[in-house]
Amino acid sequence: MAKGIRDKVAILGMGCARFGERWDKDEDQLMLEAYAEAVADAGIEASQIDAAWLGAAFDAQNIGPSGIPLAVALRLPDIGVTKVENYCASGTESFRGAVYAVASGACDIALAMGAEKLKDTGYGGLPVRTRGTTFDMIGITGSAPGNFAQLASAYRGVHGVGADDLKRAMAHVSVKSHANGAKNPNAHLQKAVTMEQVLNAPMIAEPLGLFDCCGVSDGAACAIVTTPEIARAMGKTDIVTVKALQLATSNGWEMQASGWNGSYFHTTRVAATKAYEEAGITDPRAQLSLIEVHDCFSITELVTMEDLHISKEGQGWRDVLDGFFDADGRLPCQIDGGLKCFGHPIGASGLRMIYENYLQILGRAGERQRQDSPVFALSHNLGGMPNQNVSSIAIIGRADA
Amino acid sequence: MSDFGILAFGAYVPVTRLQRSAIHATNKWFAKGLGGLAKGEKAIANWDEDSVTMALEAARDALDNIDRARVERVVMASTTLPFADRQNAGIVKEALNLPDGVGAMDVTGSQRAATSALLGALEGRATTLVCAAEVTTPKPASEREMAAGDAAAALLVGAGAPIATLIASHSVTVDFVDHFREAGAAHDYDWEARWVRDEGFARIMTPAIAALLDKGGVNGDAVDQFIVPVAVKGVPEMLAKKAGISDAAVADPLTAALGHAGAAHALVMLSAALEVAKPGARILLASFGQGCDLMLFEVTDAIGSVKPRLGLSGWLARRSESANYAKYLSHRGLLQLDRGMRAEHDSKTALTALWRNRRAVLGLVGGRCIKTGTVQFPKSEVSVHANDHAIGTQEDYPLAEMPAKVMTWTADALTYSPDPPSYYGNIDFVGGGRMMAEFTDFPDSALQVGADLRMMFRIKAFDENRGFRRYFWKAAPAF
Repeated sequence: MAKGIRDKVAILGMGCARFGERWDKDEDQLMLEAYAEAVADAGIEASQIDAAWLGAAFDAQNIGPSGIPLAVALRLPDIGVTKVENYCASGTESFRGAVYAVASGACDIALAMGAEKLKDTGYGGLPVRTRGTTFDMIGITGSAPGNFAQLASAYRGVHGVGADDLKRAMAHVSVKSHANGAKNPNAHLQKAVTMEQVLNAPMIAEPLGLFDCCGVSDGAACAIVTTPEIARAMGKTDIVTVKALQLATSNGWEMQASGWNGSYFHTTRVAATKAYEEAGITDPRAQLSLIEVHDCFSITELVTMEDLHISKEGQGWRDVLDGFFDADGRLPCQIDGGLKCFGHPIGASGLRMIYENYLQILGRAGERQRQDSPVFALSHNLGGMPNQNVSSIAIIGRADA
Repeated sequence: MSDFGILAFGAYVPVTRLQRSAIHATNKWFAKGLGGLAKGEKAIANWDEDSVTMALEAARDALDNIDRARVERVVMASTTLPFADRQNAGIVKEALNLPDGVGAMDVTGSQRAATSALLGALEGRATTLVCAAEVTTPKPASEREMAAGDAAAALLVGAGAPIATLIASHSVTVDFVDHFREAGAAHDYDWEARWVRDEGFARIMTPAIAALLDKGGVNGDAVDQFIVPVAVKGVPEMLAKKAGISDAAVADPLTAALGHAGAAHALVMLSAALEVAKPGARILLASFGQGCDLMLFEVTDAIGSVKPRLGLSGWLARRSESANYAKYLSHRGLLQLDRGMRAEHDSKTALTALWRNRRAVLGLVGGRCIKTGTVQFPKSEVSVHANDHAIGTQEDYPLAEMPAKVMTWTADALTYSPDPPSYYGNIDFVGGGRMMAEFTDFPDSALQVGADLRMMFRIKAFDENRGFRRYFWKAAPAF
């Protein structure tokens, strides 16, 4: 029986490029920006890296396919570099590759890079793309807001929540994240917003208004991982280890069968249950110190609070309005500003979340540092649509926890 | 009494009715003389409809409660066929999910296309589904724009218990060019109306009608319904008078509520006549176009035993008024709007994949697991059932006629759509099966979770780079 990943791998160093409209940078420069910080943090040289994983979703924008762009950008020493793509969960997927490589004993040190250059399309929002030859004939690609907005119509119906109540709770999600992002120099949007601004913003996809949506941006984030033993041997004392790393991928049940009601993420529920078990967490609402979730849209964050088994089903919107997830609440969510303020350079987002959790656990988060010494921090990185998706969860924590 | 004749009939009218006053409000600065025609409304196809999708709806209307396996041949008549070389009737056949062992034929090239197709079927032996549809795009500010409307009709012809039988027919072919449209051209070119009336309708049709009545062995006053699909005011009455047919027999040309549906109009009017016909009634159908096709029918006692699903009257009642002439112009390609970069997405269809998946794509055929009864779309090798991923157990399960309900929905203003916002969501079929579908023909704010749906065959996307259009099924409000 597999024992899971808990405490087998330590994070040696991390880095994160400034997210935003990086008109003057190519993706390889963004990757270098994240790498430079990570490699300095890790205290290693490129020659010590045994293997690398690159998470990038829209590789047709800027860098092109394969692991080569990362190898070239960093001039990696002819090691294996694997490009992974798993929709918006590509960042956590690259982390998973590096972590598993170290855990297997095949590598001493591995690198995970997530990067995306989305501001070369000529328009706002995600690039329009095919979902495959056959799917395009019978499926709906739609837009990301249009796909995720449907959660709201189902959530209202399933839980009997009024449209105004849900819209207000969704607005609180965004107001909270903007307040957090205002304190983060790496964020794309560093400006607070009011409930009125959010509620009165133009409609993008009913009922998601402009501020219910995260933007897209350019960015990169990087992690260098090794074993706790090697980290200690290198003189590291404050060690952050991987407690759980889970991925659940839809098999078509939600979209094609009849058991799913459209108001939640089946995959996130599965991945969360497995992740807590892997991490040895029995009461996530009490034991987690921080969470970074995939707040591509306010409604996504709201239902995810339930799917992570933190809020009771149908009650997440009340916890949100009660301030449970505010920076000074019991369990801060998106203390760095989240996708809402960083924007969503697809491949980079999952690693950006882990980066924030890593900084917070080490007490290095500056003005936005959570004061009560975080122990377990969860990141949730989701790709696809509510009815067909990839949900990934990474829990990291103090090695001694 | 012959056992061969018209077995069933149906029609289709797109839901949007453009107000002619709205057309004139925009165009009167240029074409003030059209003011007299600026009343009533015309049916206009949605952006995702063409003569194939409309013919299919008319066929579904006609074949309601009829075993589709009876159809041996599908004929599609139109002067606005979407494909010049890809059998349009074949697309209708696939969308009806008919077995592959049927014949098919496209008939085009004249305003008589549909009546010639019908006559061919009536003079043949096969059970033939004759469909006719027209989506014309007259020049803005033309008289033709005011007169035209989009509609479709379908008739099932064959042996059995016909509701109407052909008593006599007569055709005339002369190259009288009252108007024309070159192959590939968008618009018609019309000659002077007075000449067309006097030298065309009157001089060509009058003796032909007399010849038909002679062949049928009846006088004009024996005709109960005189169908003349001509949009010119007074022409049907003039022809009736010359033939000794009573004024009361002259059928409503549907000008006020629909407009003239080109080559399809004859069958649309025939379908309307059959809806109200009484046993023993004689119907004279007279279509004009480089000569004329004339048919004299007698309605049988079986009339009333076969009803279309909605029939023309039902379709006319399913109606949504529009005064948005600019939207119509845009949908017909007559007004180039800035569609944004999202519209640049390449909708290339892999014809190999379309062929492999044609039953799912064109017929909306899903799968049902013979072990668990699980219904799913699309069909797959491994069942989607949560607890039994049986392999290779699915049989074909047609979903097109299954009612469905809205499970989730959105109005997406970001995605490119010719008619924003783009409405789509998850839908559940009554009896099992779920899919994500586009919603079409929904009035603003009418979508809600649990709303009843009916699937309709529509254009999913245009591939402008290659001149191809992709068809698929969408969910419309139930009717």
